[in-house]
Amino acid sequence: MDDTLTKSIVLNENDDVAVALTDLAAGTVIDIRYGNASQRITLRDNIKRMHKFALRDIEKGRQIIKYGQSIGMATAGIKEGEHVHSHNLVSIRGQTSKPAV
Amino acid sequence: MELTGYRRPDGRVGFRNHVLILPTVLCCSQVAEKISRRVPGTVSLPNNSGCALLGRDHEVFSRTIINAARHPNIAATLVIGLGCERFTAPNIAGAIEKYGKPVKYLSVQESGGTLKTLEEGVKIAGEMAAEAAGIKREPVNVSDLSVGLKCGGSDPASGISANPAVGAAVDKIIDAGGTAVMGEIDECIGAEHLMAANAVNEQVGRDIIDVVARFEERCRMFGADLSSDQPSLGNVEAGLTTIEEKSLGCFRKIGSRPFVQVVDYAEIPEKHGPILMNTPGFDVTCISGLAAGGCQVILFTTGLGTPVGVSLAPTIKISTNTALYDKMKDNIDIDCGPVLDGRETVLAAGERIFDLIIEVCNGRLTQAELLEENLFSIWTTTTTL
Repeated sequence: MDDTLTKSIVLNENDDVAVALTDLAAGTVIDIRYGNASQRITLRDNIKRMHKFALRDIEKGRQIIKYGQSIGMATAGIKEGEHVHSHNLVSIRGQTSKPAV
Repeated sequence: MELTGYRRPDGRVGFRNHVLILPTVLCCSQVAEKISRRVPGTVSLPNNSGCALLGRDHEVFSRTIINAARHPNIAATLVIGLGCERFTAPNIAGAIEKYGKPVKYLSVQESGGTLKTLEEGVKIAGEMAAEAAGIKREPVNVSDLSVGLKCGGSDPASGISANPAVGAAVDKIIDAGGTAVMGEIDECIGAEHLMAANAVNEQVGRDIIDVVARFEERCRMFGADLSSDQPSLGNVEAGLTTIEEKSLGCFRKIGSRPFVQVVDYAEIPEKHGPILMNTPGFDVTCISGLAAGGCQVILFTTGLGTPVGVSLAPTIKISTNTALYDKMKDNIDIDCGPVLDGRETVLAAGERIFDLIIEVCNGRLTQAELLEENLFSIWTTTTTL
């Protein structure tokens, strides 16, 4: 088995992001498998263990999916293989200073 | 493995047999603590509150300390009062007595100061502990067990390893007729629709949605963004970005069986099964509510590590990753890192957790007990006068 398979985990087939299981350097090529689907991704950023990277391009303003559910909204366009964290993902529900929608 | 415990007058079962030294108010918490230090077999409950409370906060406070004394891990209670507080020692002792358990009280102002209260308190607590030591364990059932669930110092592994493993252990407890209670309402935000969809009926589903909506509304009332500290800085550093993401990992620890009831802070559930309790996410305040509500054991998952344990109930700490377990072994009881590393299934880790729960119920001390982590913190939501 290709050892890059053990370096990240995808939690749901609909997810936009994978979780790194070890520190991964930019440029690393990762083979992702979820169920019958497989994908090869080249990391654009250094990804620390337990941090997320994008499995596909995500448009600004779109909801980002992990565990098959929305974890918030992209505040910038995100490219496949890019680090997904506070710099490009914001909570929708956490903004309690704004009126409820 | 046989399960043994102490059957109490109200029919509930304890897995510890402590005499509780219960201060009525923060002002005499240290006096209660000093009595407890001098008498083996006792435990004190640090009281961060007790006076100058408004409306709902006084109601929550009163329920919490009465239910703490009613807790099945407690054999008898010595109430230590000051004298000028709103809910005085004789009144609290009177309320506890109704539930059929031994209770006595002292007031520092009436006894004539700290030293005289200590002298009398040590004598009474010693007599109570000697009497409690005569209560014997007997065989009991998993249906008598209620576990409180908490994740604190979470990391993204919480939702992948430790919380699902705890969920597997909880499924086993529920299937045997037992109970599991989770709180942390702010850490349901973004996952409550999935929780409500897994409720035993529509009413319980609506209760789940409502309790979360009220929590959000309270944040709104203060004009602050929940996201300013939820996820916490430590959570964010570890890789959790949003409250939705944290919640979706958090609720996995209650397992897969449907919720049967939503209760308020420190309330004792009427039903057996998965329960949601209205508590904040703040670790000690949350597990204090779960314990006062009758949970005899707390299962506490952590990705970053923490020393905390609650004074009423043994607190089992469960690491999400082996690096943490190796680094903070004195604070962690069991490691779910093997799940993350692909060396163990979630179900197998759940079996290990279940076996440890039974051992702890039967008397094995947790790391938090060995390190005498006897924390307690009662939730207040309005203002202190």
